[in-house]
Amino acid sequence: MSTPLIELRDIEKHFGAVIALAGVSLSVHPGECHCLLGDNGAGKSTFIKTMSGVHAPSKGQILMGGSEVKFGGTRNAIEAGIATVYQDLAMIPLMSVTRNFWMGREPKKRFGPLKFIDFETANRVTMEEMAKMGIRLREPNQAVGTLSGGERQTVAIARAVHFGAKVLILDEPTSALGVRQTSNVLATIDKVRKKGIGVVFISHNVRHAMAVGDRFTVLNRGKTLGTAKRGEISPEELQDMMAGGEELAELEGSLGGTV
Amino acid sequence: MTATKAEPDPSPAPQPGAPEKDERVKEISGFRKAMIRPELGSICGTILVFVFFLLVARDSGMFSAEGVLNWGVVSAQFAIIAAGACLLMIAGEFDLSVGSMIGFSGIVIALMSVTWDFPMWVAIITAFIVAIAIGWLNGYLVIRTGLPSFIVTLAFLYILRGLTIFAAIATTNKTIIGGIRDKAEGDWLAALFGGTILKDLFVWLADLGLIGKFVAGSRAGQPIVDGVPMLIVWALILIVFAHVLLTRTQFGNWIYASGGDAQAARYTGVPVDRVKILMFMFTAFCATVFATCQVMEFGSAAADRGLLKEFEAIISVVIGGALLTGGYGSVIGAALGALIFGVVQQGLFFAGVESSLFRVFLGGILLLAVILNTYIRRIITGER
Repeated sequence: MSTPLIELRDIEKHFGAVIALAGVSLSVHPGECHCLLGDNGAGKSTFIKTMSGVHAPSKGQILMGGSEVKFGGTRNAIEAGIATVYQDLAMIPLMSVTRNFWMGREPKKRFGPLKFIDFETANRVTMEEMAKMGIRLREPNQAVGTLSGGERQTVAIARAVHFGAKVLILDEPTSALGVRQTSNVLATIDKVRKKGIGVVFISHNVRHAMAVGDRFTVLNRGKTLGTAKRGEISPEELQDMMAGGEELAELEGSLGGTV
Repeated sequence: MTATKAEPDPSPAPQPGAPEKDERVKEISGFRKAMIRPELGSICGTILVFVFFLLVARDSGMFSAEGVLNWGVVSAQFAIIAAGACLLMIAGEFDLSVGSMIGFSGIVIALMSVTWDFPMWVAIITAFIVAIAIGWLNGYLVIRTGLPSFIVTLAFLYILRGLTIFAAIATTNKTIIGGIRDKAEGDWLAALFGGTILKDLFVWLADLGLIGKFVAGSRAGQPIVDGVPMLIVWALILIVFAHVLLTRTQFGNWIYASGGDAQAARYTGVPVDRVKILMFMFTAFCATVFATCQVMEFGSAAADRGLLKEFEAIISVVIGGALLTGGYGSVIGAALGALIFGVVQQGLFFAGVESSLFRVFLGGILLLAVILNTYIRRIITGER
């Protein structure tokens, strides 16, 4: 296989006396969708925050394209091509789609010594990119608040792709969405993957993960329980691993196998 | 849209991947589109207020050159502090220390120039530096402590007012320091804050008979209104500057984002803390512009100047359509809010109405504006 876009080896993260991560490894290849599964409190959030430069790891290595990197902050990670789309915080609802899309990287036009946002370019590119992702905007000045949850996720993903993300981290993009919107987001993930971008898809929903994942890594209590390729593992096995096995088996018995 | 057969179809085959028209997205009517502008309320308010006073007080001289100058100056005063308060509020913070800052800056200028005999320009520059430093401190404390700016700046409302009165009494034994006009005479920087421009234009207008002339006294033959006061010039400059900054620049985009959702803004790499602190400094700058103009106009500084100005600034901004929660608003709206304020305050006087009713009006219009803003917010965010 090719060199992974990003590889994390034995990442540990301690917050004071709490060990949030106790040795997590994961790699992402170009064009791959790597699903990171785990129950609440398994350390998924801490892990992706380490990946996106919010936290510095206490121990372990981060390699990009084979050489070790250290992120001083989120800006570093973004510049290195790691884009993160957070579940609730992807967009600012009161602002227009264009303003959100270009946030932090506004295209500028010069008027003598003054620099203004080039709204003509910004609006045009936004409309084009939205169309590619299958979102029909009434106008680029439409507030993000008028979009559905799935559309907001898609705008955030389109933004990350447009600005040259190599690795796209999606933090539970489907957990708050309805059925139709979920399938839209999953379809978007598939489009992004086909462009050669490595996707890290965080979820606790095995069905959503199975729908798009190429590889699956399960986290439990701050540790990697293992990585499996598509076809090597059944949804039931993944579910078991996420919940830590036995307890769920008991629960499942009493609930008639519906969990 | 009606299709004309003669013209070729502007969009031939739909691009691959182009979305189909979503049947559930209603075409929005032009009226509704006009509704979701932050300035809407203040535009309507301005029209209403002018119509009202044109009907009630047209013969009172309210709309003569003198009358216009009268309410123009008052409106400009509100507009100067509203410009700063507006950007700060859109960035998601309040500054309740604006009024105290006005008193404080005025006393700094008076102490430096009159009591300690520095040149006027040194006094003015010192006042600006000290005020902007306090603005920075306000912002720094808000960011560092994570406390609501409401509380931090409320503390400074008292701290600054107390220090101002103390400093005035301790050095001069008075709370009003006069003699500034003599010191300001011929000073290059003082001229930017006091006095008027376009004097020749007004003499010419008076010669044409468009403006009245003094008929007696030492100024007989000169126009009653001798020019545009620098206060109004400053108000216009600050409004245009703040409006362009907010709507046309990258920094403006960051102001909206910082107030709209600070955490989301941080994730996209917006330096939220820096934006907010700079806005506190800009508010302090505006307060000092107000103070300097006022000191030059009155020829004195008083420790109790600027009382309640922080609330008047906030009310102007809210009438202008800004949300109290930040992330949404308009400088033009805030300026119109200030205009409504000035026209009504002075207009009641021209109309011969008891001036205490002004406050009743203020409370009423504030309530109306907030209700309208909440409604507009629901429309734009699609909340139910």
